[in-house]
Amino acid sequence: MELLQIAEPGQSAAPHQHKLAVGIDLGTTNSLVATVRSGLSVVISDELGRPLLPSVVRYLQDDVPAKVGYEAKDAQALDPRNTISSVKRFMGRGLKDIAHRESMPYDFEDSAGMVRVRTVAGSKSPVEVSAEILKTLRERAEASLGGQLVGAVITVPAYFDDAQRQATKDAAKLAGLSVLRLLNEPTAAAIAYGLDNAAEGVYAVYDLGGGTFDISILNLSRGVFEVMSTGGDSALGGDDFDQRIFCWILEAAKLQPLSAEDAHVLLTCAREAKEYLTQHGVAPIRARLNSGEIVDLKLTTEVFTEITRTLVTKTIQPVKKALRDAGLTVDDVKGVVMVGGATRMPQIQRAVGEFFKQEPLNNLDPDKVVALGAAAQANLLAGNRAAGDEWLLLDVIPLSLGLETMGGLVERIIPRNSTIPVARAQEFTTFRDGQTAIAIHVVQGERELVSDCRSLARFELRGIPPMVAGAARIRVTFQVDADGLLSVSARDSTSGAEASVTVKPSYGLSDDEIANMLKDSLAHTKDDAQRRALKEAQVEAQRLIEAVRSALKNDADLLVAEQQSAIETAIAKLQAAMLGEERRDITLAMDAVEVATRDFAARRMDKSIRRAFAGKTVDEIGVISESEDNKHMGEHA
Amino acid sequence: MDFSADHFSLFGLPQTFRLDDAGLDKRYREIQAQVHPDRFASAGDTERRLSLQNATRVNEAYQTLKKPLLRAQYLLGLAGHDLDTESNTAMPPEFLMEQMEWREAVAEARLARDLDELEQLHHRVKQRMNSRYEQLANLLDDQRKYAAAADRLRRLMFLEKLLAEIDDAMAALEA
Repeated sequence: MELLQIAEPGQSAAPHQHKLAVGIDLGTTNSLVATVRSGLSVVISDELGRPLLPSVVRYLQDDVPAKVGYEAKDAQALDPRNTISSVKRFMGRGLKDIAHRESMPYDFEDSAGMVRVRTVAGSKSPVEVSAEILKTLRERAEASLGGQLVGAVITVPAYFDDAQRQATKDAAKLAGLSVLRLLNEPTAAAIAYGLDNAAEGVYAVYDLGGGTFDISILNLSRGVFEVMSTGGDSALGGDDFDQRIFCWILEAAKLQPLSAEDAHVLLTCAREAKEYLTQHGVAPIRARLNSGEIVDLKLTTEVFTEITRTLVTKTIQPVKKALRDAGLTVDDVKGVVMVGGATRMPQIQRAVGEFFKQEPLNNLDPDKVVALGAAAQANLLAGNRAAGDEWLLLDVIPLSLGLETMGGLVERIIPRNSTIPVARAQEFTTFRDGQTAIAIHVVQGERELVSDCRSLARFELRGIPPMVAGAARIRVTFQVDADGLLSVSARDSTSGAEASVTVKPSYGLSDDEIANMLKDSLAHTKDDAQRRALKEAQVEAQRLIEAVRSALKNDADLLVAEQQSAIETAIAKLQAAMLGEERRDITLAMDAVEVATRDFAARRMDKSIRRAFAGKTVDEIGVISESEDNKHMGEHA
Repeated sequence: MDFSADHFSLFGLPQTFRLDDAGLDKRYREIQAQVHPDRFASAGDTERRLSLQNATRVNEAYQTLKKPLLRAQYLLGLAGHDLDTESNTAMPPEFLMEQMEWREAVAEARLARDLDELEQLHHRVKQRMNSRYEQLANLLDDQRKYAAAADRLRRLMFLEKLLAEIDDAMAALEA
């Protein structure tokens, strides 16, 4: 009966034809591409049989195509300015967000939205550099699979914010890839492990990479991977362990301050010693420095464990928090999946084992597990699995989303660890009489003050008909899709005016910032409450001043000069108090303003009652005075 | 599936506070397996948009029913008692006094960095909440006394907030 089959683009007319889809782990140091072959996830190696692609891009002159991978990596010392590594750290970031940029060999260029790097081939954005890596992986996959890809799943750290996710998606588009989904790295690992082992129950994924730490708690049940919570510390990774060994060498060998070159030599020694200790009890550290000094030391596992104890402990805090966010205890966790090269360290294995009271699971290669999970997800999304053989992934957003309200406070709209897709609507109102526009400022983070969160986007809702303060009803809807990307729309229900943006944020958060924001939000809970109270008092005071000013403007004729100047004096005192840090002073000054205006208020009341009798009902006057008690911003409908 | 139906109907559950937790989880997963955007990753725009809407709706319904506080509030809403719009929110002084005492205990334990004490407080508040939820179930499901249920619910809101504060304090001490 097949007369005509019309297929949507990307959708095959023949339902059982295998569609070529890949999973890509776009890493800071190395990237991988994997696919599902005969039901099994496999990493696709290059023509020399190498599975990893170093995430390094070297730009060349005269329209010569850029070199990507090992060739670029090898040229790094030769041509540092045009050879870009660790570009993942620049994704979705402004110049000021990049730590240690002064020690990097690149010629950075500040640009609206995202930093750029000047090279011999012109100015390049991190999105373009990442696209070169992705393009290389796409070509590798297409050559190996013998056809065009229908799409790819690309992994991102669970802690990536909206800007970083968006930048990753843009890079994929630029590389000619259709993005089936952005997938969180620990979630990808859980999929690989879960499918491989038909796992059921609560699993923790402990992901310690070179520079970041992610923890995710998942519930695996009959083909459903449900992320219950995620957390991390993005300023913590394997590099910090190298640094500790480096410091130990300096101390143990009693070295004088080093040249940059000698420091580089010793840092390499430190890294090698760390790796050696995963298999041996003692690592020899030998080096001849430019200064002529000879370093000859032995680092034992015991000493290594001792000098890195605090780092290991630091990974356990986010684990505890993620468990609490999930409403679970250690006893609920059935298995712990280890991801990332740094989890090979014995003290990590031991600490994780002790905390969870069980041996961690190491039966998948920690370098490949993320790409393998992404491949499985890509295969599913491309529609290659038969009905019944399907599984479902339910992921969460890592950081809370909110709006700025008066006084620089954050109104939290969607809390962290909400299952996506998710939408939440909130009603807002105007602050001043006759206000016709509202500025919407979207932020991401856990703190109560806007200045402590990451700004994602700003837009304006115009065309609100002039009304008294508090009369307008602005409904703002946040929608986070299955990629964890946010769009915001606002609607004025009184006028029907509508504004909508897909958040294309100007900057991303640095991983450090995200981690620090989370830490800060806990350490400052009390602090925040006090500052919040202060801010609220300031907002209240401002409202009072505006109300009095507006009354003075309309009804100054009801006052004699002395009364008016007494009111002005009280207002001036209140304004002075608002500049201070004492909530009590503000409250007292507000009381003084109220005392000074009591007589004035009474006269105005008389006047409005007379006016009311002239044509309106007493009820309406009642409504006006009641509305004085309404809070102005961030009030639920 | 009727996505415009109330949350309970969506999951084929009776409109009661006492909940078949496992049944809700199972139904939620079954429905998401059908409507989730992952099922429509290579479909057309319209289908993808619809899937996003439906999956969002199902998540909202699930979260509302899953959390006892939200579930009770939702049930009261269905019965015409909207907690947000009711003006009578005055709590008896003795209840407020007790809340203040709890809060002081939390603040003290926090200052003294006494993790054990915080764990104890967490446990006690949790126990208190459990028995309050029992009472709430009785008022909502058996007696259908909605005004009294609304009153219980307001008290539970205080306790939920208190519990969150204790948990934050614990997290801050661990950090």
